[in-house]
Amino acid sequence: MSRPFGSSESPASNPLAGIDATVAEHLLGEALASGGDYADLYFEFRCAADFSLEEARVRSVGRVLVVGLGVRVLRGDATGYAYTEELSSDRMLKTARTAGQIAAAGRAVAPVALTPFDGGDIYPVSESSLNRPGADKVALLRRADAAARTYDPRIVRVEAALAEEWREVLIFTSDGRQAHDRQPMLRLGVHAVAEEGGRRQGGRSGTALRRGLDLFALPGHEPEDHGREAARIAVAMLHAQEAPAGPMQVVLGPGESGILLHEAVGHGLEADFNRKRTSNYTDQIGQPVASRQCTVVDDATVGHARGSINVDDEGNPGQRNLLIEDGILRGYLQDRISARHFRNQATGNGRRESFRCQPLPRMTNTMLLGGQDDPADIIRSVQRGVYAKHFSGGQVNIANGDFVFSLTESYLIEDGKLTAPLRGVNLIGNGPEVLRQVTMVGHDFKLSEGTWTCGKDGQSVPVGVGTPTLKIARITVGGTRTP
Amino acid sequence: MTKLPDARRCQEWAEEMLSYALDAGAEGAEVLVRDGSELEVKVRLGEPELVKEAGSRGLGLRVLRDHRVALTYSSDFTPAAMRQFARESVELCGLAEPDPLADLPERHEMAREIPDLDLWDEAAPAFDATQALLLARQGEQAAMQLDRRVTNSEGAVASRVMGATAFASSAGFSGGYRGTSLSLVVAPVCDDADGKKRNGHYWTASRFAAGLLDPETVGLQAARRTLAKLGSRKIATCQVPAVFAPEAARSLLGQLAGVVSGGAVWRKGSYLASREGTAVASPLVTVMDHPLLPRAPGSRPFDGEGLSTRPNVVVSQGVLRSFLCDVYSARKLGRVSTGSAGRGVGGGPHVSTSNFILLAGKTPAAELERVPEGLYVTDLMGFGFNPVTGDWSQGANGFWIDNGSRAHPVSEITLSINFDDLWKTIDGVGDDLDARSSVQTPTLRVSRITVAGT
Repeated sequence: MSRPFGSSESPASNPLAGIDATVAEHLLGEALASGGDYADLYFEFRCAADFSLEEARVRSVGRVLVVGLGVRVLRGDATGYAYTEELSSDRMLKTARTAGQIAAAGRAVAPVALTPFDGGDIYPVSESSLNRPGADKVALLRRADAAARTYDPRIVRVEAALAEEWREVLIFTSDGRQAHDRQPMLRLGVHAVAEEGGRRQGGRSGTALRRGLDLFALPGHEPEDHGREAARIAVAMLHAQEAPAGPMQVVLGPGESGILLHEAVGHGLEADFNRKRTSNYTDQIGQPVASRQCTVVDDATVGHARGSINVDDEGNPGQRNLLIEDGILRGYLQDRISARHFRNQATGNGRRESFRCQPLPRMTNTMLLGGQDDPADIIRSVQRGVYAKHFSGGQVNIANGDFVFSLTESYLIEDGKLTAPLRGVNLIGNGPEVLRQVTMVGHDFKLSEGTWTCGKDGQSVPVGVGTPTLKIARITVGGTRTP
Repeated sequence: MTKLPDARRCQEWAEEMLSYALDAGAEGAEVLVRDGSELEVKVRLGEPELVKEAGSRGLGLRVLRDHRVALTYSSDFTPAAMRQFARESVELCGLAEPDPLADLPERHEMAREIPDLDLWDEAAPAFDATQALLLARQGEQAAMQLDRRVTNSEGAVASRVMGATAFASSAGFSGGYRGTSLSLVVAPVCDDADGKKRNGHYWTASRFAAGLLDPETVGLQAARRTLAKLGSRKIATCQVPAVFAPEAARSLLGQLAGVVSGGAVWRKGSYLASREGTAVASPLVTVMDHPLLPRAPGSRPFDGEGLSTRPNVVVSQGVLRSFLCDVYSARKLGRVSTGSAGRGVGGGPHVSTSNFILLAGKTPAAELERVPEGLYVTDLMGFGFNPVTGDWSQGANGFWIDNGSRAHPVSEITLSINFDDLWKTIDGVGDDLDARSSVQTPTLRVSRITVAGT
């Protein structure tokens, strides 16, 4: 074990305490007994709690304890997968055998002796928030609620929720890797509704980081900051006007705009799609896929960030991977199966939602690095366009590269100045085409500290996104007002 | 052979947990137990890519004390662990604050009978990994062989879920049932002339193995749909009629389900909040939520709080008749539950639809495309819907309609309209109800929508 179990930090008695290399080697042997060329074990213990405040009252509290084991056996590119929530030796052995069935008729490979891997910890937490009294968390929610209500008399409704999670994972692989990680996550979200006359609008703000309660002492992350921000958006959007329809210049604000990057290029660079030749970035390594101002990295090592991981869910260390350098495609996001296919090193991007799921190549914190331009100059350079500030999410079609993302706070730009707020609107573009349209890159890079969650094949994982202010020379704005 | 989910055993666990919770000091409690097994296989280019098989069991507990609520989840069914879990859950109530409306349903509201909705297929257990792989392989093969322009595949996935659900409430209910569900999806890929790839898919799903379409039909349909996208292009920004294929219309109906939910209404989270009894859609539109249809994907014999389920008319000829409510949202709105509570082991009761159906019209679907120019929408993309205001803006794919026929495929456009206007301007409802999923609709035509393109 790279770090000892049973320390005082663990928020509940740890059901993985009895799992060691001897147990693991036995299970790996069983998983590979009928053939297969690789097997891994993923033990997970998750302890989570949530508090929700509604109508200024703590409406419910919840708590979840989950433990389980996922066993994977590979034979070539084929995966056998099974899981169990019961860690009795009988159930674990049966699970290993079930996963091994796919490999029947293959040649048996003996597992290699396990060696613990010990990296650093990029999200050390002195104390899990789960160990703090519930009243402390309720007090935080009240502060957020009060700040939203007092922001403006037009705020008629506020909801605030806090969710905390402590996940321990233990990974053993038949090629001898053994890894252990503790992954804290603390999330606060506020939703405010403003009303004026017959109009009604909502606004949201929140954060999620791998931290303890000290998160709320950070500048910009006091509960009041999120309460006020949710209220501000709701009020600001009350008098939003219809957005224009058609291709326009768009300026993307720093931070959250990284959602564009995540959809436009991130998913298309996940190696499984490229290995299967179903991504529009297949065979494009070394080719220009973006304007020269674009350098894109996926970085799992940002301290305490939502998308960061010390080790991925296949036991490889999380790392910083260069994807696009000055517009040229440099690499894909790999999991084990794809790395072997491309004869590459693993990049630490094999992630899974839980022990119930097989790992897939996934993003961590995906970022477009800062450039030379002054953000104010970028806005001034636009005669008529849209300034995008807040987003609710996006989606991409991997095969053709078309993607959409939804703006929840945006403004019209007229003669280089932000003017009217615009109603919720979608932008649609094609990944490589839009990245070629990036004509100005600000020097104000920011990693969004929002609550981003990425879905793929039904699996959700926490991610981060970040950009500086960007100018897109042409992208289709999906408003209702035709020219 | 997989051990079959046992509704009777689940019900015993639920009752056992309920008694521990009451022993631990809960004034009211309810327990949901789910025991299920999943099988999923994927074949790609003829080779097995994934075989996944597992059983999963969980227990969700809601306890009340002094009108304070705690919601907890556990997967440990040993008696000692269940007792400790009960104590901890009741303790947790102390952190919540009293809400006079937070209480179990009234005793007289609880279901007395549990109808048999024929949701369990005795043939499902025999549908094993070997059979599933065969089905997936046949489906993919049919797609790959149709046309040489089908060059690649995202794979074919066959799955089977078997589950038992049991629920016990101190308000006076204990019951359980079993259900099965099977599906096959085939997703081929074609190379387009401009270097882009075009993907499409088709699927079949049923509670009964015998209810699945045959794999060749699924594969051929998937390939035809994908081939039809070759040569897709943007169109100029315009305002035209839009015909939504059932699969695209389904996402519109799903969004409507969100804004007729009592939970969204009392939270001021729906633009329909004050609209009961008024026109919210075209007179062609009638929508109901029907939990009691035999063999249907969303059917349930009792709801997530142990109430009887019943068909509810939500929109009748365009007029909003009733919001769907669970017990809490009904109390908030000063009415009684419509028996529409859903419940998962990981959370509390909340309003959820069962089989949410927009009734088929009389117009043959093909006739809806008889417009001088317009858009036939096959897929929608993204999350551009604000339920508070009704602002609606989504990415779309489909076909340009010229003089009543599909002229060429279209991609990379957005559609925008206020959701209220969208429903009110429906001027055609097809006769082709798609009953594969729990949200069911025929083809719909909207008289005028803004298309943003070049």
